[in-house]
Amino acid sequence: MPRFESVDHLTQYRREVKARLDPERPQVLVCAGPGCLPLGSEEVAEAFKEALAEKGLDAKVALKSSGCQGLCALGVRVLIRPQEITYQKVTVEDVPEIVETTLVNKAIVDRLIYQDPATEAKSAHKGEIPFYKNQQPIVLRKLDILDPESLDEYLALGGYRSLRKIFFQMTPEQVVDAVESSGLRGRGGAGFPTGRKWRICREAEGAVKFIICNGDEGDPGAFMDRAVMEGDPHAVIEGMIVGAYAIGARQGHIYVRHEYPLAVKRLKIAIEQAREAGFLGKNILRSGFDFDIKVSQGSGAFVCGEETALINSIEGFIGEPDNRPPYPAQSGLFGLPTVINNVETWANVPEIINMGADWYAAIGTEKSKGTKVFSLVGAVNHTGLVEVPMGTSLRQIVYDLGGGIPEGRPFKAVQTGGPSGGCIPEQFLDLPVDYDSLQEVGSIMGSGGMIVMDNTSCMVDVARYFIGFLHAESCGKCTPCREGLTQLKYIYEEITSGRGEMEHLTLMEDLCRAMASASICGLGQSAVNPVLSTLKYFRDEYEAHIKEKKCPALVCRPLLKYTIDPETCTGCLACVRECPVGAISGVKKEAQEIDQELCIKCGLCYEVCQFDSVKRE
Amino acid sequence: MDQARLDSILSRYGGEPYDLIPVLQDIQDGYGFLPKEELKVVAKSLQVPVTQVYSVATFYKMFSLVPKGRNQLKVCLGTTCHLKGGNRLVDSLESRLGVEVGYTSKDGEFSLETVGCLGSCAQAPVMMINDKYYARVTADKVPKILKMYQ
Repeated sequence: MPRFESVDHLTQYRREVKARLDPERPQVLVCAGPGCLPLGSEEVAEAFKEALAEKGLDAKVALKSSGCQGLCALGVRVLIRPQEITYQKVTVEDVPEIVETTLVNKAIVDRLIYQDPATEAKSAHKGEIPFYKNQQPIVLRKLDILDPESLDEYLALGGYRSLRKIFFQMTPEQVVDAVESSGLRGRGGAGFPTGRKWRICREAEGAVKFIICNGDEGDPGAFMDRAVMEGDPHAVIEGMIVGAYAIGARQGHIYVRHEYPLAVKRLKIAIEQAREAGFLGKNILRSGFDFDIKVSQGSGAFVCGEETALINSIEGFIGEPDNRPPYPAQSGLFGLPTVINNVETWANVPEIINMGADWYAAIGTEKSKGTKVFSLVGAVNHTGLVEVPMGTSLRQIVYDLGGGIPEGRPFKAVQTGGPSGGCIPEQFLDLPVDYDSLQEVGSIMGSGGMIVMDNTSCMVDVARYFIGFLHAESCGKCTPCREGLTQLKYIYEEITSGRGEMEHLTLMEDLCRAMASASICGLGQSAVNPVLSTLKYFRDEYEAHIKEKKCPALVCRPLLKYTIDPETCTGCLACVRECPVGAISGVKKEAQEIDQELCIKCGLCYEVCQFDSVKRE
Repeated sequence: MDQARLDSILSRYGGEPYDLIPVLQDIQDGYGFLPKEELKVVAKSLQVPVTQVYSVATFYKMFSLVPKGRNQLKVCLGTTCHLKGGNRLVDSLESRLGVEVGYTSKDGEFSLETVGCLGSCAQAPVMMINDKYYARVTADKVPKILKMYQ
């Protein structure tokens, strides 16, 4: 990789790379994103390597591992270009057939292409599949076709074009104006107007300023930022260079959570490549502007996603948030003005510069511009990452893109915003998703986790789960959060164990009022959302747990009873082997019995029984 | 205490107080835990009070003051994994390995932890053993997976 000393040099090189990377050359792209990796994409890629070599095609066909190809539920995904055929559920055994049928004979392997669950129509191309054609990818656009460790490919796709514009055609002020006019709001969850944050920092006193990328994606159920950091790391770097120029920062940090080692690796590789090319370091493209980036790793603390806690973590302290004001834009890292934005926010910046603020502002709703990446997970057929314009309705996301609920089960709720968010019931399915509308119904946008729930989820259990999570992650600094969560956790345990009282509900509401108004940071303040939203929309479930000591969804263990149906039990002993407390006994090949005194209601027998003989009530 | 080994870690950084967490991360990754003697040297070397080192070492989940097992199991209990039976997976592992969450087996072979979210939500329930991810791990799949490490 040459070191680019001028924009012309870069433009020339980009032309050469584009010519070299012949778009008509056959390519096999094996998805190595967060969904496909645990399903064995590395083994599939290895199998392709062997199969292609065997057929003498390894020089002709380019084999690559790509970033997330989106529809994770049907992974391992493989994309064949230039035909844009997308194969799903590919295993090592399928590979020789794909090579023979598609790469040699140019035909399609019918059993590996998408089939619509409702119409049963088959589609081999992305453009025909509802999950893909209903999206508007900006941030995710390059993920499925890019080798994330190749700067050449990133350049060929227009990477780092924004640098020419910002350094030589715009003043830093104008860059701030552009981001402000675009209407971009922070994608980490709070949705604060990005341009305004940059302006505050730009105008703050002092010559030394910092840029931080918050890659601490801690919301369970969210993996959008992981996919971007792993699949398109240069987009984050490019966005940060623009931001640094806009506010006058010389040093940036990307803070990645500890649980994402691959993201750390890819970012470090990308930073080295950018340095080599002269996009980071001194006098970038002879603009006179210096900027470099360091990667800092989290150490396993959800609260470090909070901006002041994150900053304290970089400084070598425990992740306790600080009171605000002052906000980081005025007093942040080492007490100096700092802009801290989320991964997805940064990844949007290059396109805003390239295509213009007006282009971006034309997408979305009046107060929420642009697109949002969601991780659509839970009880939905097409789990995976989707990017849609703000204002798309929940119904469209869950049904048109998501393909609806598996086994035709009834929709119960969609949970957005992670542990700081709320549960939204069926009556709001036509809600256009944007920052304000979600807040109005008692939830938040959050980082983009969207968890669909059907009638097998207990809403009391869901709230209990989030309170348990937040209680474990609370830093402990302020009383309302630390003690409030402890008491809420205790109350939920009482309710889900059959010892709940109606007074508990009033007490929870009181606690929530205190926590919302007096906690230092968002963790404590928005911990009330899962509690209040479920109390509002699913009060009947709480009452069933309290008054009838029953869990209607059959989830809360202490309120369940497991028995074995003697008619259907074959005596295979699978449950006996699985039971952690030896509560099941009987003669081999005859019906088994569960001792209710010993049973801890873990449900493992229910999970392993192949004959549907274990009954749960 | 292996001074040379610790020095090679410290030399990667600038010796500033804000290098504390990266230094501790390298020690945790290299040694499998944070030994007391090493922590005292780190405190002196970075000009950070021992109390701060201790506070950081006990605040963050990745750090352990006692050695972890040769194989580290991390079961995801993120929202989706919770809804898809992550707790049953934990029960099954605790029972089969004879170790409770947060602890290490007596022979030092396995330590078991739960984590908030591993970021592979589409494939719930998920667990990691060392660097490898396992997807859609229902209780029936556990014996086969564990056998590879036993």
